This record gives sequence, structure tokens and C-alpha cells, in this order.
Amino acid sequence: MIGRVVRNGLAAAAFAAVAAVAVWPALAGDVPVPAPAKGKGEACVADTAFMRRNHMTMLKHQRDETMHEGIRTKQFSLKECIACHEVSGPDAKPVTIESPDHFCRSCHDYAAVSIDCFECHASTPGGADKSADVGGHDAVAQLSAYAKGLK
Amino acid sequence: MTIDPKTAPAKAGEEGVGRRDFLRAVAGFAGVALAPGVTLYAYGAEARPLDEPASGKVRWGMLVDVSRCKPDCDACVSACFKENGLSAVTREATDAQWIRKVNISDPKTGAAKSLPVMCQHCAEPPCVDVCPTGASFKRADGIVLVDKHICIGCRYCMMACPYKARSFVHEPHSDQVPHAPRGKGTVEACTMCVHRVDAGAMPACVDACATTGNGAIIFGDLNDPNSEIAQRIKTYATSQIRADLGVDPGVHYQNL
Repeated sequence: MIGRVVRNGLAAAAFAAVAAVAVWPALAGDVPVPAPAKGKGEACVADTAFMRRNHMTMLKHQRDETMHEGIRTKQFSLKECIACHEVSGPDAKPVTIESPDHFCRSCHDYAAVSIDCFECHASTPGGADKSADVGGHDAVAQLSAYAKGLK
Repeated sequence: MTIDPKTAPAKAGEEGVGRRDFLRAVAGFAGVALAPGVTLYAYGAEARPLDEPASGKVRWGMLVDVSRCKPDCDACVSACFKENGLSAVTREATDAQWIRKVNISDPKTGAAKSLPVMCQHCAEPPCVDVCPTGASFKRADGIVLVDKHICIGCRYCMMACPYKARSFVHEPHSDQVPHAPRGKGTVEACTMCVHRVDAGAMPACVDACATTGNGAIIFGDLNDPNSEIAQRIKTYATSQIRADLGVDPGVHYQNL
């Protein structure tokens, strides 16, 4: 009985070794693997392997705590992720989610997992510069004029 | 209100100190009349530790002194736009308004008033009652918010709100500020600048009103009997808009 298990185990190991040898060159050459940019600082808030599998769970947990209870610890905050993992574009400004070089997109495009975060959240550390498109006081003046017209 | 100068601990030769003591002694009763510029800034809050949830012992509120609010001033509205990254006004009928200036007048007497109206952060918020998903909720410290992660954009809350305080985001945005996420298909409203309040600061409109406006709005903890807002509500006749509805707004108005 034990002998059979050992034999099966050996067979499986041998198969795995053969399979690995067969697949590995393909990974290195033909298949485009994601190459996310390295973040700032020494290390991420958790082990890379752990982050790869669990970042979404941590973000979701943090989001509920922040939204509903006002807990604003920084370790798993999306804002901190964005700040640390910003990628500079050709104009030296951090790229937005519109760019395929954006840290989040570099993997998510590869895995074909769409992310909705940036439909609401800013995808760059400072957010977009508002001064140009808000139009400063003019826009507010228009709004006030409109509000006055409602009475 | 009359103040008897004889009660002041002023002594001959110490006029300056005596006057200061006198002001301090009566500040609790006459802070508004005597030192508006000074007392308006203080609300006694400190930043909560980051890992501590909002406390149910606190109830944040505002008091607007309508007699100080001027019809030609929109400092609070501008500040709100800037702080929360509200986008350009391109479609007036549907663009978001987290705070608006309302001018009212009595046709009989011609008496006119101007006041800011924003989410009133009700103790019994009708928007929370009607929300089918639980997206509309009241935080422990009384701030009423929309959790846009679970908002389905049905807009029941907009219909339920007696103050017309909520807006629906009709168009996609890509220019949000990091502390105020907002996006198409969700309802939003004044957050009482919750990100600033959590950091121990005042809402942007209150700050702007005190610095560039007319110092009409104060912010503070309604539950703290020693806070300026609680003292003023206790001392002066204040009102809430549509108090008859029984929703107990956290925004109070004086001289309305």
C-alpha cells in the first residue's frame, strides 16, 4: 500500500518535472507576462505573493471600514497604493488609468479582470488638476445665477 | 442682552488685563456679540487616531447665522466645489450641487434673506429610510453619507430628501480628487467634508465662510454642552428648516 503511494508520488513528480521543462521556455519567450513597475520604498505592505492573491480583499475590507466607521489607517488604503505605485509618463507626470503603463492596469489587462475602482477614485496621487476645468469662480457664478433664477 | 460692566474684574491701572478678563468671563454668553472673529474658528475638536472609529458620543452639526450671510457672497459654494473636485458647470439642470445659496424674500414686506442650504445631516434621515441597498447611511457621529460602492443609482433618496440636498452623477468623470471619489450612476451629497472632520479640521465651507466670507457658519459637536455651537443653540433662538417634519437636522439656522 505504502509502496504504491510512493510509486504514484514519484510518477507524479516525474510528470511535473517534464511538464515544467516543457512549459518554462514558452513562459520566458512567447507568452507576454505582465511587468508591473516597481513601487517606491523598500517593500510593499505585505509579501508580494500575498499581495498578488489578496490585495482585492484587503482593499475591500479597508473600504468598508473607512466608509462606514471612519477608520483611516494607511496600510491598506487605496490612496497609499496609488501614491506608492505611481508610474511616470513621458511628461514626467504620473499616468492615469487611461495609460496601459498604469500599475493596476499592467496586470489587470493581462488577467482580463476589469476594475471599476477608477470610475470614481482618482488613479493618480494628486488627482487631476482641477483649476483648469472647474473654471474657478465663473462656474460657481453660473451656478449661483441659475440657483437665483429658480426662486 | 445687556452686560453690566461693573461685574468685570477690572482694576485701576490694569485696564488692559481687566478688559480681557471681562471678555473671557462673558464669552460664554456673548461670544458672538463680543468676539465673533475669534470664537468662530474654535470648535474644540482634535484629530481622532487613524484606527479609531467615529464616535457615537459626538454629533457634528453646523449653525448658520443668516443675518451675517450676504446674498452676493458664495464663498462656501466655491470652497465646496474646489475641495470636493466637483466638475465644471456644463449642464446647469443636472450638475451636482452639494451646497447652494438660497435667497428668500417676503413679497409683503420686502424682507430678504440669503442662506446656504446643504445636506442637513438629519438624526432621522429619510434618505436612509428609503434606500433599498443600505448605501445611504448615517455614521455614528451623525454624518449622513452615500456608500457609492453599493449605491445602485435608483435615486429614491433624492425623492425622499425634503431639502433637495442630493445630486445624481449623470456623466462619467475622470478628474476626481483623491479624498472625494465620485462617479457616474451614483447619488452624492454634502459629506460635511468627512475627510477633513476625521483629520480634526472644519468643513471647507465653514473655513471659507470664516476667512473669505462673512463668518456666518460655525461647526461643532452638538452633543458637547461646552462647544460653541451647543452654547449658541442653547442661548439664542435658532431653527431648523422644516423642523415640523421631525427629522431633526444637524444644521441649525439663527435669525432665519
